[in-house]
Amino acid sequence: MAKQLHVQVVAVEEKVWSGEAEMVVARTTEGELGVLPGHSPLLGLLKEPSQVRVKLAGGEQLTYDVAGGFLSVDANGVTVLAESATAATPDAH
Amino acid sequence: MAGQVQALRRRIRTVKSTKKIAKAQELVATSRIAKAQERVTASKPYAEAITEVLTALASNASVDNPLLQPRERVRRAGVLLITSDRGLAGAYNANAIRTAEQLMARLRADGKEVALYVVGRKGVGYYRFRNRPIETSWTGFSERPSFSDARAIGDALLEAFVAGADDENGHYGPDSIQGVDELHIVSTRFKSLMTQAAEARFLAPMQVEEREREPGLRPAYEFEPEAEELLNALLPKYLNTRIYAALLDSAASESASRRRAMKSASDNADDLLKRYTREMNSARQAAITQEISEIVGGANALAAAGSDG
Repeated sequence: MAKQLHVQVVAVEEKVWSGEAEMVVARTTEGELGVLPGHSPLLGLLKEPSQVRVKLAGGEQLTYDVAGGFLSVDANGVTVLAESATAATPDAH
Repeated sequence: MAGQVQALRRRIRTVKSTKKIAKAQELVATSRIAKAQERVTASKPYAEAITEVLTALASNASVDNPLLQPRERVRRAGVLLITSDRGLAGAYNANAIRTAEQLMARLRADGKEVALYVVGRKGVGYYRFRNRPIETSWTGFSERPSFSDARAIGDALLEAFVAGADDENGHYGPDSIQGVDELHIVSTRFKSLMTQAAEARFLAPMQVEEREREPGLRPAYEFEPEAEELLNALLPKYLNTRIYAALLDSAASESASRRRAMKSASDNADDLLKRYTREMNSARQAAITQEISEIVGGANALAAAGSDG
């Protein structure tokens, strides 16, 4: 079993999702990036508006529409901070 | 005598309906406290995460953002006062307003002008009635503040703060905005169901604590975009988060304060009811006793007259 990322998606008014995932894909103002376990610490401003995709073990994928968001990667995992984050319809693979 | 009984009966009816209102308010407030507390808890993860991110950023980047720099000369200070929209909340609004007044007196004593921003109808009413100027006010959400409310407030405050009080002699300076050089917030902290305390805090310039860590443990962050740019984007959001937290805390305090006020009101109504009922019973009893003694007296008088005759 590969190493897992601890992911939190947090909106201002509530915690939207948290759990283990294989990869997080987000688009910052500089470009799209994917975060795998063991990624070096990173702070990024997300593009406005943008989607954050959380890839779970087993091929499942969660997609969130994010406004006013930040991405923070540190040793503990990935945190997506957003003024609002709503689950988008998960695209089929 | 009969008139007194009637008057008491009317009073009892009044007290009873007042009690019903107070009881209903108490129940509503009780359920609102729970909801407000849930919202406070729900907003915690974001507040914690953004604080963590800011701390990491501030210890990695040079901090020359206007939101972090104390101004050399403070001409004008902004005060954001959070009150409720509705009354019947005990001393909640009085306490918040008093705390704000103390803060403003202190600021004025330091030679600063004060610009007042008010949330909640009660605060607005207080200053309107006294004909004192309010910079901007927001109403209609004191019991259920949403983040967009906090953002609206934050945007207005930020605009004034970034503009700065560069006005001289009534001219508003090059940006034609009568800005402020520092920001304070007066809100009510929810300590427990029984204790809520109004308090004044500093809102801007902010102080980000640079956490002292073991040199080896501090992660070397990559920044996208550059750290300064990130900070510029993050700080306003942090400000909004602080305002949002204060609004939520005040909403919980408002409901708790209302619940307590309404509980003592309905307890008091119970006492009054008991007293009035006793008074009414004894008045009725007195009336009956008097009637009986009148009848007995009349009958005795008749009997005496009969035996004489």
